[in-house]
Amino acid sequence: MEPRSRSFYVLAAFFGLFLIFLYGPTLTIAILSFQGPQGGLTFPMQGVSTFWFRDLFEEQAVGDIWGAFRRSFALGLMVMVTTVAVSVMGGLAFRKRFHGSTVLFYVAVTALVIPSILVSLGVGLMFSQAGLGVHWATSGFGAQLTWTLPFGLLIMFAVFNRFDKAFEEAARDLGASNWQTIRHVVLPIIAPSLVGVALFGFTLSYDEFARTLLTAGSYNTLPLEIYGITTNVTTPVIFALGTLTTVFSLVVVGAFIGGAWVMNRRRLRAGSDAGKGV
Amino acid sequence: MQRLLSSRHVTGWLLALPLALVLVLFLILPIILIVVVSFWTATEFSIVPAFSFENYEFLFGSAVTFSVFLNTFKYALVTWVFTLGIGFTVAYFLAFHVRSQNWQTALFLLCTIPFWTSNIIRMISWIPFLGRNGIANSTLLSWGVIDEPLEWLLFSDFSVVLAFVHLYTLFMVVPIFNTMMRIDRSLIEAARDAGASGGQILWNIILPLTKPGIMIGTIFVVTLVMGDFITVRFMSGSQSANVGRLISNDIGLLQYPSASATAVVLLATVLIMIAVMMRFVDIRKEL
Repeated sequence: MEPRSRSFYVLAAFFGLFLIFLYGPTLTIAILSFQGPQGGLTFPMQGVSTFWFRDLFEEQAVGDIWGAFRRSFALGLMVMVTTVAVSVMGGLAFRKRFHGSTVLFYVAVTALVIPSILVSLGVGLMFSQAGLGVHWATSGFGAQLTWTLPFGLLIMFAVFNRFDKAFEEAARDLGASNWQTIRHVVLPIIAPSLVGVALFGFTLSYDEFARTLLTAGSYNTLPLEIYGITTNVTTPVIFALGTLTTVFSLVVVGAFIGGAWVMNRRRLRAGSDAGKGV
Repeated sequence: MQRLLSSRHVTGWLLALPLALVLVLFLILPIILIVVVSFWTATEFSIVPAFSFENYEFLFGSAVTFSVFLNTFKYALVTWVFTLGIGFTVAYFLAFHVRSQNWQTALFLLCTIPFWTSNIIRMISWIPFLGRNGIANSTLLSWGVIDEPLEWLLFSDFSVVLAFVHLYTLFMVVPIFNTMMRIDRSLIEAARDAGASGGQILWNIILPLTKPGIMIGTIFVVTLVMGDFITVRFMSGSQSANVGRLISNDIGLLQYPSASATAVVLLATVLIMIAVMMRFVDIRKEL
């Protein structure tokens, strides 16, 4: 191996600074959320306490954040399941290069790049003009799908571009039906990537703000509730809330990545018995 | 029936049906409705079906519109420059200077994890840094660089762009890294054997081959910034405006027709920009 060049160290330093830029602010509010009861929104720390976390658990202090959390969690799960199912079907469909697939693809790309406030405004208008009230589980759910589905679909494209068709052909040669090929060959092979799609589906929904703003109705999701709080609460209780939801997101991300890793390991171990014979 | 199901066009559409339904119901219909409503008129409490150009006349007749659009382009351009510079450098480091694949994966994940956390929280987290008594000001004061706190750190164009760069650099890093990882390493060896310097390799080999990734990243960053309203509102303390805020202000006043007209103009602008950029890249090939 050739020795590291000087540019490596310069770039490594730049990368380090980038990570500080990325994580520094979040770490700062994590520290500040342990402010003492007299402390303000910035340093110095007036002692160390869990006062602001306890404050969060008193309903009247910050409104209905637990209800908002429950709704966001439920909505995230709904969006996640739908995104995985619809993206896989869509990914399989696009391999067939059917008539009109190009148009559908461009519509999906449009969904990805369209300013989010348009989706919010349009879906909100549609439900109110149709006389259906907006609700997070109907209009909010649909509005979020326009953002998570294209992401899921793009991931499926990436997955199927790398998919070795020989596995399917082998399955069919052995007499598997279409459904058996999908169920026992294709799905197990792409399973780790589906974990990725699920992660996108859940977290993008859980953190979505703009698309739910006009489509959630009278019951707020968590990001809407948090935004409401920032406009009228000026104590470190916002930091405590921010720290808690970030920790929750990180736990979710960790669980998903860990899950994908375990599945990948298992697949590598059990997938092939090549070389195990004579 | 059997024959019908053996056609790939029929099974293709059956499989794509849920996707198509969602897109028609929650994307195409709402956009059509926005276009229709943009020709309606509004009273103080309700919107009235009509066919009037009054919203557009007002929009194009107002000097505010132009300055707001200009401001939006300015945010997009400045954010693009910074996210591209930072994103390219980070991706280049990861793809060409980190040698172990495990390290590469780990560092790449480290760059993407913030994407999965809340944008609102990430905006809030700048307050203790940039505020009048924040970390930046007190550090600069104690170093003697400045004599009194800088007022423009928070609630200014500076903080808006800072937040954009903070939120959206990932959208550059990921596609650029993805394209760089597909560059055939033997091209670089060949260039080195032919006597190219590191800078020449970067400029003449890596940069041209990374263009598709740069384009995809650009599409993401530009559309996210053009359509944003919440970052500008929060980070500028309601002192700066962009098109998104114009729309959301109208919505707040229940002036849906005028909000729709602005939305139509914004949509047209964004789609034209995307159409131009898409000419340089085939997204499906790049995944």
